[in-house]
Amino acid sequence: MPEAVLLGDEALAMGAIDSGISAAYAYPGTPSSEIMEYLQAVAPKYGDFVAEWCSNEKTAYEAAVGVSLVGRRALVSMKHVGLNVAADPFINSALLAIHGGLVLAVADDPGMHSSQNEQDSRFYADFARIICLEPRTQGEVYEMTREAFDLSERFHIPVMVRLTTRIAHSRAVVQTGERRPQNPLNKSTEKAGWLLLPSTARKLWAELLENQGQFLAYAENSPYNTLELNEEFFEFGVITAGLGWNYYMENRDEMAVKPSHLHISVYPIPGEKVRRLAERVKRIVVIEEGFSFIERALLGILVPAVKISGKEDGTLPSTGELTPDNVREAMGLKPKQGIEATGLEIPGRPPQLCAGCPHRDSYDALNQAVAGFDQKVVTADIGCYTLGYLPPYQAIETCLCMGASVGMAKGASQAGFHPVVATIGDGTFLHSGITPLVDAVASGSNMTLLILDNSITAMTGGQQTILTSSRLEKLVHGIGVDPDHIKLIIPLKKHTAENAEIIRREMEYEGVSVIIALRDCIQTPKEKKKKEAGE
Amino acid sequence: MKYDVILAGVGGQGVLSLAAIITLGAMKDGLTVRQSEVHGMAQRGGAVQAHLRLSDQTIVSDLIGKASADMILSMEPIESLRYLAYLKADGVLVTSTDPVKNIPTYPEVEGIYATIRGLPSAQLIEAAALAQQAGSARSTNMVMVGAASAHLPVQEKSLLAAIDELFSRKGEKVVEINRKAFQIGWETAALAV
Repeated sequence: MPEAVLLGDEALAMGAIDSGISAAYAYPGTPSSEIMEYLQAVAPKYGDFVAEWCSNEKTAYEAAVGVSLVGRRALVSMKHVGLNVAADPFINSALLAIHGGLVLAVADDPGMHSSQNEQDSRFYADFARIICLEPRTQGEVYEMTREAFDLSERFHIPVMVRLTTRIAHSRAVVQTGERRPQNPLNKSTEKAGWLLLPSTARKLWAELLENQGQFLAYAENSPYNTLELNEEFFEFGVITAGLGWNYYMENRDEMAVKPSHLHISVYPIPGEKVRRLAERVKRIVVIEEGFSFIERALLGILVPAVKISGKEDGTLPSTGELTPDNVREAMGLKPKQGIEATGLEIPGRPPQLCAGCPHRDSYDALNQAVAGFDQKVVTADIGCYTLGYLPPYQAIETCLCMGASVGMAKGASQAGFHPVVATIGDGTFLHSGITPLVDAVASGSNMTLLILDNSITAMTGGQQTILTSSRLEKLVHGIGVDPDHIKLIIPLKKHTAENAEIIRREMEYEGVSVIIALRDCIQTPKEKKKKEAGE
Repeated sequence: MKYDVILAGVGGQGVLSLAAIITLGAMKDGLTVRQSEVHGMAQRGGAVQAHLRLSDQTIVSDLIGKASADMILSMEPIESLRYLAYLKADGVLVTSTDPVKNIPTYPEVEGIYATIRGLPSAQLIEAAALAQQAGSARSTNMVMVGAASAHLPVQEKSLLAAIDELFSRKGEKVVEINRKAFQIGWETAALAV
């Protein structure tokens, strides 16, 4: 079999290609972006499938469902919080008569390396009542992605492949297999399987619930869910999931005994295997990356017969990532401590806006503009510009989720506060900022929107935005913002005073005003070069 | 055999390209490799690290545990000290002397060098100056790969082959400069050992 060194994200992309996808859709978000980056990079080599960034995760998911409707296979990928955006089509699609294989790859970010929370997507899979696969090696990422497409077509459901940061962004050798051809166009004949009216949805929901037994049987029998019993040791047993297995195995050789061990890679949770483990031991330690999903299922509300340890009782930290070290301590092994340098305090080095970044000049102008007011609210959004919260700018006050800057500004202004400024990047505006701006215009809110338009999705590595900058102004115009209060500024140091004056005047205007600060991301030429070189 | 390296630096310094060369070289030697990287927000001028694990057997964990790294390889002196807890008692620290002062509270460099020299096993490499000698400031990373290679369980010829492979599309001159930078880095580190 051919071998390649691949990131977990790239292994997933390769698995999808070899499964015969006809299309892949995504919205960039760390740690999932490299799935689509890889698909786009290798598309010319591996054949004619669509590999496209979309406006947001919801539109990406819906496009993938459309591919399935006509019988072809689709991959849709996103980060964990992206699934909140796509939750509506995702949860509902579990009811549909999925036809061509539909696989959702979602990458969680425990430890919040580049995210605003560390939610665990396994809860979403459970919520939708579908199957979730959680690989622990890059090789398994490839294999399980292929399996996910098979399962989707076998059970007529979307199937989730859950990655976490360290598997998504770690490289290892992956053995790839035969590539199978794409499905022919073959529209689904399930007439009532694609339309969720109460009458049809009730039937489809009942069917999905009926099929749960089959999903569970699949999980119970999956060779990925392995149970090894130690017939002579009863003090405790271990359940690992995802990367928990890696860190447990890293330490196991040092343990005096090898306790009974159940590894779970395939969900729903294989209850029978859990019960077989529980029969043998007095205590179960659950080692899982993310939330305490399995642990809480075992704990329930009534006192379980077996003591359950993990993140809920403090055996493992309840926030952040698993590491070889915290798993080591959970196994009762002596902690290791490396060398210590004495007498030197190591200063933190947080990320910051690049030298020459246009946002720097935009924030300088904004800070000058708001300085003239006694009070202000400045909401912001998700992207590089969120770093404007940190010194030296300290220009922004909020960051909630994609697009929230606009809606929050509208709310604050309608509550009676003035002045209110929302700052949002062009990518984020196109993702989720348009609809709240429609709201703001409809209600005649008194707010100013500053669109920091660098013509790229910068934070995630420079993906092309869905609309070119030249069309942003027309879009804002079309929404109904008064043309006299749509201003274009160029955020350069030499324009700062003038730009501050424009922002100040628009803050004083009673109504919705929009300022587009237009200058290319400083990284754009570098990213372009890298992409052209195929790096 | 198992050899664990923590790579450190500042976002934008090319820590990942350094990891890529060693990974490819190790694979040419038939070793198993696992390389964990940082993408996203941290790459914007913040502290970045990568975990690189080499072995002739299966590697299970993507991350290196504390007191387990055989080497800390850093593009920046203060960053080399950030991950000391991960270095084994007999591990080696190899770092560039060139500071990246993008924070207001950057300590006095002589103090940093003194701390590094006080470690059981450490090498300070004047990477930027040596890269100039090789013909281009842009070959700083390859000076550091060369310096690391004096300790790594990877053959010199495999690392050179990796350089050839990864730089070939940039032209013969770039390959030559990077090979030379590697050689200078290796000599500097090997002579000091």
